[in-house]
Amino acid sequence: MILQTVMFYLFAAVAVASGVMVVSARNPVHSVLFLILAFFNAAGLFVLMGAEFLAMILVIVYVGAVAVLFLFVVMMLDIDFAALRSGFLRYLPVGALVGFVLLAELILVFGSWALAPEVAGLKGAPLPTGGVAISNTRALGNLLYTRYIFAFEAAGVILFVAMIGAIVLTLRRRADVRRQSIAEQLARTRAQSVEVVKVPVGSPVRGGGVAAPGE
Amino acid sequence: MALLVVFLPLFAAAVAGFFGRAIGDRGAQLVTCGALVVSAVLGWLVFFDILRHDAPQIVPIVTWIAAGGVDVQWSLRLDSLSGVMIVVVTTVSAMVHIYSIGYMAHDRSIPRFMAYLSLFTFFMLMLASANDFVQMFFGWEGVGLASYLLIGFWYDRPSANAAAIKAFVVNRIGDFGFALGIFATFVIFGTLDFSSVFAKAPGAVGTTMNFLHWQVPSLTLACILLFIGAMGKSAQLGLHTWLPDAMEGPTPVSALIHAATMVTAGVYMVARLSPMFEYAPTALAVVGVIGGTTAMFAASIGMAQNDIKRVIAYSTCSQLGYMFFAAGVSAYGAAMFHLFTHAFFKALLFLAAGSVIHAMASEQDMRRMGGLWKKIPYTYVLMWIGSLSLAGIPFFAGYYSKDTILMASWASGSAVGRYSYCLGTFTAFLTAFYSWRLIIMTFHGEPRADHETMHHVHESPWVMLLPLFVLAAGAVFAGYFAEEYFVGADRGAFWKHAIVVLPAHDSIAAAEHVSALILYLPLVAALAGIALAYLCYMIRPEIPAAMALRFRSIYLFLYNKWYFDELYDRLFVHTAFVLGDGLWKTGDGAIIDGLGPDGISAATRELAREASRLQTGYVYHYAFAMLIGVVALVTWYLLPR
Amino acid sequence: MHIGLAHFLTVAAILFTLGIFGIFLNRKNVIIIMMSIELMLLAVNINFVAFSVILQDLAGQVFAMFVLTVAAAEAAIGLAILVVYFRNRGTIQVEDIHMMKG
Repeated sequence: MILQTVMFYLFAAVAVASGVMVVSARNPVHSVLFLILAFFNAAGLFVLMGAEFLAMILVIVYVGAVAVLFLFVVMMLDIDFAALRSGFLRYLPVGALVGFVLLAELILVFGSWALAPEVAGLKGAPLPTGGVAISNTRALGNLLYTRYIFAFEAAGVILFVAMIGAIVLTLRRRADVRRQSIAEQLARTRAQSVEVVKVPVGSPVRGGGVAAPGE
Repeated sequence: MALLVVFLPLFAAAVAGFFGRAIGDRGAQLVTCGALVVSAVLGWLVFFDILRHDAPQIVPIVTWIAAGGVDVQWSLRLDSLSGVMIVVVTTVSAMVHIYSIGYMAHDRSIPRFMAYLSLFTFFMLMLASANDFVQMFFGWEGVGLASYLLIGFWYDRPSANAAAIKAFVVNRIGDFGFALGIFATFVIFGTLDFSSVFAKAPGAVGTTMNFLHWQVPSLTLACILLFIGAMGKSAQLGLHTWLPDAMEGPTPVSALIHAATMVTAGVYMVARLSPMFEYAPTALAVVGVIGGTTAMFAASIGMAQNDIKRVIAYSTCSQLGYMFFAAGVSAYGAAMFHLFTHAFFKALLFLAAGSVIHAMASEQDMRRMGGLWKKIPYTYVLMWIGSLSLAGIPFFAGYYSKDTILMASWASGSAVGRYSYCLGTFTAFLTAFYSWRLIIMTFHGEPRADHETMHHVHESPWVMLLPLFVLAAGAVFAGYFAEEYFVGADRGAFWKHAIVVLPAHDSIAAAEHVSALILYLPLVAALAGIALAYLCYMIRPEIPAAMALRFRSIYLFLYNKWYFDELYDRLFVHTAFVLGDGLWKTGDGAIIDGLGPDGISAATRELAREASRLQTGYVYHYAFAMLIGVVALVTWYLLPR
Repeated sequence: MHIGLAHFLTVAAILFTLGIFGIFLNRKNVIIIMMSIELMLLAVNINFVAFSVILQDLAGQVFAMFVLTVAAAEAAIGLAILVVYFRNRGTIQVEDIHMMKG
């Protein structure tokens, strides 16, 4: 038990500290790295809670994909080291006040959380009781592919659309590179490719020879 | 037939007014003059017919208002009083129409002029033959309108426009009093029909009504209010300022409206309402005082004027004062008699003056006239006739009427009557003086106009002289022949019930017994005035200038019309303009527009501009706003209910 | 001390608030905003899982998975937009992005 407590506080502290550093680091690359650290610690918290599948997913997807993507973009864009601007301090009091108010309220609520007795009957997907103990992964898999299959497929579609969207937004064609368009080539008609010129006897043929594509 | 008399002028006005361009100048003149002459002839016939009847004839036309307690009928009341007015109005109007053919021959808008003259005649006839307060008011307002249209006939002159507006506005003040008087009458009697009101009048003596939180005797109040209307229309002291400026209109207009007919509407009204006035002695006293004062006041100003028409205008104002103070001592017959004779000789004087102006190529200033009597002899003689009648020289018409008035005033014995007699006699002196001043300055002495003008002086054409002869005949003979009926022994049989005089007030009867001194004093005063005029202007012409210099302030006081115009300007006109300006710029502009459309639109724009400052374009500002919203929401739900 | 629901929720709350701070207190660049959003989503995930464990209800974890999915998709698109924006504007300084100013 004591181990759990210590680990909890460790993970929690590091997560919070990383969060602070994400926001306030000067070098944006450092921000991303601290974000990764925060994710790791959150994964640790998840493991403590008993949701190990989610913890691993967090590491694989969030850290492995999303955070790396952030890192790519940060490094790709030409970003200056930004010094703390003077305007920052102007906002700080009001913003901090509002934020702390929110925090206080949240903690107030969460600290005195009481579950109503009827909650037990409202479970959306109750844990399988009795019988053999199955792993978190297996339990989630049972649910996901049966009860929540629609949402699952929809999530897949969302990812698909996001992928297409990202490509569409950022794809650039280079102007000085020639490409082949097979479909165009195959759809060429005689009228597009051959032209008969009536040449009078003895006079030169103007612009004769092979025409470049598009002329 | 009475209907024809009244409505023919309206028909003629409509034809000339709407179809003037179609029928041309000649056509318009023919239609209107023809209609008026027919109307005049019929008017005399109606008059003789009236004399045969005992009670007033009521000719109904149509119901006007029948709502609640108010029942007003369009109808004509034909009795001696309205008969006299009809005769006067139609005759003088017909003469003026014929005269205008000649006088306005070179004007641009002849049909319009003739139409306006006929329209005026119609309204005046409606006023004179009204059987009802409201119909009389209709005619009252109508003549005011016609007066406005005719004074401002040459509308491209700013002075004419200003004079027309002045006439209308000052009349309006009087009309307001008249309207209040009508309301008071309705409150007292519950009806507006003359017959009913006159029958009930004795019963209203001694009653009081509430007026601005005071209890005042009702009849006195109603009569005074009605008299205020008469003051406005007849240019009595206080509401007189419009009459001299009304001379901006063409001379025929001055002759018809501002000498013979419209301005006498007030006198007619007081005479018509004699059944009411007789029972309100305070009101009669007011009438008398104002009439007497006006007579003297106007004559004093007339002495110092240089415009020929203005002298005659002030003379009119003065003579109206005579008529009123005659009414003030219950000598209504005398007032009507003077109205009758005055119509003839004053119209004659005006039209003769118009003849002079016509001869002098529109010159109106007497200081630039002189030496005309050989060149325009007819006009000269006619002017003499008119002036003799005006001054009250025996055997001319004015003598009979004026003398009766003065005798009656003295004989009434009241303080008001005696006061009026003194002022009236003094005024007779002034009247004679300024009349001969006018004649001498205009016709005698060395010509003061330039050679070119004098060369063109010519007598007026016959179309202008003929009406003058007719009027001159009236000015000479009307008095002698009509005296019996108006104020003489037959007056009872003549007026019958049109005029009511209580036996205690019968000043005309008492006038027979005045002493010889009182009897002849006005005549002496008139002759003295003539003599003085001859002295100052013919024999020793340097006297007037010397007197003007010696008594400069008095001279200026008289010349500037007792500074009434300046006083009114300071008191009312200036205030009105300031008020109007304030209401316009501040009231309307700043307050109503400012709080209303302009203000709201400006406020909306400001609000939108301020609101748009929220849209800074920075995402983190928006996020911050969202955060604040979320925190507010959470706080709201966390608050203990 | 027994680690209960409240502890986890508190941690999540703090992380959430940190994410919010990151959005409007940062003056550096837009990527920080995106990372703050990821932090907030992480906090929400922690919440979900904590409740799922306490209530013995797997629906919470399922939902947390979907949140993960959507967060990934959104990060991808967001970064793509950012890249295109950078190509056009040449800057991703937060203070230079105010074209929607009304």
